[in-house]
Amino acid sequence: MAAIVQTNTVSRADADSRDYRRPGSRRRLSETATCAVLAIIAVSSLVFLMGIILVLFQQAMPAVMALGPTELVYGKEWYPADDPPAFGALPLLSASAVVTVGAMAVAVPLGLLSALCISQILPTRARSIVKPAVELLAGLPSVVYGLFGMGLVAPLTMRMFRLPTGLTAFTASMVLGIMALPTVASVAEDAFSAVPRTCKEASLALGATTWETISRVLLPAAAPGVVAAVLLGIGRAMGETMAVLMVAGGAAVIPLSPFQPVRPITATIAAEMGETPVGSLHYHALFALAAMLFIITAAFNLAAEALARRLRRQTGGDAG
Amino acid sequence: MTTLEAPARYGRHRKRTQAVMLVVMAASLIITLGFLAALLAFVGARGLPAISFEFLTQMPRRAMTAGGIMPAILGTLYLVIGSTSISAVLGVATAIYLAEYARDGIAARLIRTGISNLAGVPSVVFGLFGLAVFVKLFGFGVSILSGSLTLAIVVLPTIIRSAEEAIVSTPQSYREASLALGATKWQTVRYAVLPSALPGILTGCILAVARAAGETAPIMLTAATFFTTRLPSSVFDEVQALAYHIFALITEGTRPEAQTPIAYGAAVVLLALVIGLNAGAIVLRARYEKRR
Repeated sequence: MAAIVQTNTVSRADADSRDYRRPGSRRRLSETATCAVLAIIAVSSLVFLMGIILVLFQQAMPAVMALGPTELVYGKEWYPADDPPAFGALPLLSASAVVTVGAMAVAVPLGLLSALCISQILPTRARSIVKPAVELLAGLPSVVYGLFGMGLVAPLTMRMFRLPTGLTAFTASMVLGIMALPTVASVAEDAFSAVPRTCKEASLALGATTWETISRVLLPAAAPGVVAAVLLGIGRAMGETMAVLMVAGGAAVIPLSPFQPVRPITATIAAEMGETPVGSLHYHALFALAAMLFIITAAFNLAAEALARRLRRQTGGDAG
Repeated sequence: MTTLEAPARYGRHRKRTQAVMLVVMAASLIITLGFLAALLAFVGARGLPAISFEFLTQMPRRAMTAGGIMPAILGTLYLVIGSTSISAVLGVATAIYLAEYARDGIAARLIRTGISNLAGVPSVVFGLFGLAVFVKLFGFGVSILSGSLTLAIVVLPTIIRSAEEAIVSTPQSYREASLALGATKWQTVRYAVLPSALPGILTGCILAVARAAGETAPIMLTAATFFTTRLPSSVFDEVQALAYHIFALITEGTRPEAQTPIAYGAAVVLLALVIGLNAGAIVLRARYEKRR
């Protein structure tokens, strides 16, 4: 009995010393390896982004070399199928701009006021139902918005303004506005909710009404977040593809009136890429369009992110 | 007298402004929700009559002008499973690295900026990238594989963000208890942090599935086809997909009067899928927040 106990303790001590030293270093090694693997995977998202930038610009280069950057950006005609073809992006760029401005005219007022209503007025229970509903509006597939635009908004526009076609810049603006609305609303709502309670309570305690508190305390405090919401909405509207492709009408001319068919950048790429031989001038010109689109949307998104970061630091400082 | 009256008048003015603005705000919210209701009602009214068991389970007939949409449903399923499983692995690993290892270093900040930029890239640009890299450069052709890889990059930011949020919100005491027991960092992450963050990570994956199912532009150049009479037999085959099928039915083809009802029917199926997934994510998130 005693002997058995003794051998047991000896072997245990033996095992212990083994456990502590060798596998210890192996443990550390596997820890380092795990960290390295995770780091490599984490960098992959940066690699994708770099890859996208690289591919866009590399594939756009032949078109820039052949046509010249001025002709490509400021050229007033986009006739890729003509002989000789014309690849001027101005009609497409201006179409994107017009449609986006129109979309913002819908999305910004409705989005901001909805965000105020959700964050400042609704009781908690109602908020917990309305917020997901607005998020759902953001999550619906863009092709379904396109269908809605073609089936309902376009005929209504045609009848209301007595137009030959319902597929116009105006229709696209309406549909895009509805699509960008939830983006504006939820980013603005986050900004409003981030304003410290104490600021609002101080204002109410001084006898200000809810609206006075909103307009003189909340809006100034959340201003960077509100601007970020608008910028993100612009980014969303600029980059939206399927709905505009289905609804904007597709005429590559510089828009002179909101009630004429237009062809924004995204719609041009999506519509023409399928029928373009790989490696042709047209193919590279479409990549050049995509590169321009990327630069524009990235500028809006980066600005929005910088503002949101500043707001976070500001309100964080206030609360602390 | 006048000094007393002026504030009273001013007070009435203030109250009127307050009342008007309350109505304006409420009306805006009602209009916003009205858009959602109008869209669902419109698509539902046009599409629901087309839905039947045969519509969901049969092959299309007569050059996509009759029959069911089974291949499109199946194709969407393939693309969604392919893309989400790729980006779940990449996304969760990235989130673990950002939340547990890198925290707020320069590397983490750089990666985060990259991710938020990736999230803002227009979907048609992803399509061009997929076309140039997966379809042409890697030679995968227009296929399930190319489409899944492209969609995986599209949904990657969604998964990373929600996974990181879930991991960061795991109570610090879990980590300390595990480390105090002698567990290594990875063991702590694996056995203490991840199980607690799992519902949040799953929520992110569900939202990614919903997003991937609805995307059209990234797959129209890399995976999707309109006319097909057979199901794909390998990952190198092109597929039909619900979102692209809706677009193609409404804009291509020769007989719009026969194709439009099918497009609305397919839209109802896609909407049901996306709304169902979003509802699932909301329920999961609510239950998970209550537990905390």
